[in-house]
Amino acid sequence: MSEISKTASPATARPLMKTLLPWIGFFILLLALPNIFSSNVGLYTMNLMGIFVIFALSYNMLLGQGGMLSFGHAVYFGLGGFMSVHFMNYIEDGDFTFPMYLIPIFGGLIGLVFGIIIGSFSTRRAGTVFAMISLGVGELMAASSLIFVAFFGGEEGVSGDRTTGPDLMGINFGQDIHIYYLIAGWVFVTVALMYLFSRTPAGRMANAVRDNAERAEFVGYSQRKVRFVSFCASGFFAGIAGGLFALNFEIVTEENLNALTSGTVLLMAYIGGVGFFIGPIVGAVIFTLLQSILSNYTDIWQLYVGILFVLTVMYVPQGLTGIFMMHTAAWRMRRVGSLILPYLRAGVPALAMLTGIAAFLETIHHMRSSVEGETAMSMMGVDFDSHSFVAWIVILALVVVGGYLTRSQLPQLKEAWEMANKPPAQREGAGS
Amino acid sequence: MTAAIELQDLRKSFGPTEIIRGVNLSIADGERHAIIGPNGAGKSTLFHLISGRYNVSGGTVSLHGENISNLPPYEIYRKGLSRSFQVTNIFPNMSVFENVRCGLMWVHDYKYSFWHLIDRQKELNERTAEVIEEIGLTSRQHIPAGVLTYAEQRALEIGIAAAGGADVIMLDEPTAGMSHSETDQAIALIRKITEGRTLVMVEHDMGVVFDLADRISVLVYGEIIASDTPENIRNSKAVQEAYLGAEAEE
Repeated sequence: MSEISKTASPATARPLMKTLLPWIGFFILLLALPNIFSSNVGLYTMNLMGIFVIFALSYNMLLGQGGMLSFGHAVYFGLGGFMSVHFMNYIEDGDFTFPMYLIPIFGGLIGLVFGIIIGSFSTRRAGTVFAMISLGVGELMAASSLIFVAFFGGEEGVSGDRTTGPDLMGINFGQDIHIYYLIAGWVFVTVALMYLFSRTPAGRMANAVRDNAERAEFVGYSQRKVRFVSFCASGFFAGIAGGLFALNFEIVTEENLNALTSGTVLLMAYIGGVGFFIGPIVGAVIFTLLQSILSNYTDIWQLYVGILFVLTVMYVPQGLTGIFMMHTAAWRMRRVGSLILPYLRAGVPALAMLTGIAAFLETIHHMRSSVEGETAMSMMGVDFDSHSFVAWIVILALVVVGGYLTRSQLPQLKEAWEMANKPPAQREGAGS
Repeated sequence: MTAAIELQDLRKSFGPTEIIRGVNLSIADGERHAIIGPNGAGKSTLFHLISGRYNVSGGTVSLHGENISNLPPYEIYRKGLSRSFQVTNIFPNMSVFENVRCGLMWVHDYKYSFWHLIDRQKELNERTAEVIEEIGLTSRQHIPAGVLTYAEQRALEIGIAAAGGADVIMLDEPTAGMSHSETDQAIALIRKITEGRTLVMVEHDMGVVFDLADRISVLVYGEIIASDTPENIRNSKAVQEAYLGAEAEE
């Protein structure tokens, strides 16, 4: 658990350069990405990632930083989106002159307003009560979106046009690359702001209330107000993410504020790791990758995401970031190298087993959903017959042999892990 | 001069059971006051009533002459009463440094600020370092509080309670479960940090009580049967019968 305090780390002032370095790296990365992945699909995926990074980080202000499990965070995202798309239309109609690239501000403001309204009663308690209220509010909003057609546009949603605003030095955001840099700019600013929020008294007390709400009251803080401040900030940033969504897709529908989207953001934050500031960023990136790449190859990609989520919850509650962070002790002692071989020895059979499981799922899915009589299928570039005996033998062999070999490698992996993490003195003692 | 803490006919019931049955007690400013009594006498309940964790069923609690009954804990803290807990009650996933700093933020007037960067607040961080120095955890300040040893967590517990400079400090069994040497250290620590303040403590260790307290109150079945100097308490027949005697027989 020690990693959790990483976001809450040393108070001794670090040299400015060391603090700024990751941010400079982040900035350069955002600038460089479109040159590396310049295809349309690449840009589309990165735009979506950027939006989800903000959304997932705003969600983690609740879950990871503040200990509030929300099932209705899409409300603020969706409302931000609707508000922004309406403002895009006002600009188009000439009712109102405003630079298009600042539109997400309106999304943020409506997120903030609804954060204030809903937070005023839902932050009274954390835990189950909070979770239930968030679920209720989420359902309420999703239902209203089909009732108040003037604002939510009913089933077809509301669409806009981002190119109609006043030009910014000849840029009207008609091209994907323009919208990429627009989103990247917002990502940089909001990620920095959310990080800075976590380093303020309000952000620190959010952690304290998460850890021990009762004690926080005995050092002068009302747990409710601490949660309320986080909740409002979280709504604001979710609204900005929604605004960027509206700018990017030029359409916002009921789906953007319903339970599915609320579930998605929970999944992203949790898979990435809620105990770390960068966890949700990792989660959003991986989730988007799975969504846009895996979905090209398989119809049942959501099943894999679901399995990944369940496995994360069961075996690595600290998330994927947590797996990396687990290695910091070994890394500092320069012993990570000693883990590579054991990892390979357990990893290769594990990969075989996972391939087997995936092949099993795909084949079953193919048998159930393909056209009557069609048995030829392909997976990972291998063509085979879903009804053939051989195929099933191979699948079975992969699962059983892979599983067996993985299991047999676990003890030595565990031993290697313990060796790598032993405090130095002890290790020397054992060696001499 | 008004008393630091004044209890008037204080009562607390849980359903039909009355746990605190009309307590009257006055604790003077700057006094070190111990509350002793057999298990189940209601000592911790009394603490919870004074510090705002429980609402009172009857009577009043006054802090420096001001009625604080039924105020929420954070309001009472802001009026200058801070407490520790019998069961260690810290922020386990945060570093030792942050734990103490949480105990200092409100009194340094940061409130719910989201416009101050915490690591830049020189005075706050320096004061935090001082408190950590006082409780002897400087070498452990960057590790999560949850992995400290028991005695260290107790010291941290006291540190958080005392950090904010409240003028009334309440410690609920600060030395419970400690070894002899740890207890001695804890007493020295308590003596040091409560210098010039009012201390109210619940304690089972009679050595600690007679060593530290200026006055002692004996709570038996929700009533104060005696409140006096340590010598008089030691010599009181009623107290011996009700409490000390019973303890000796055990």
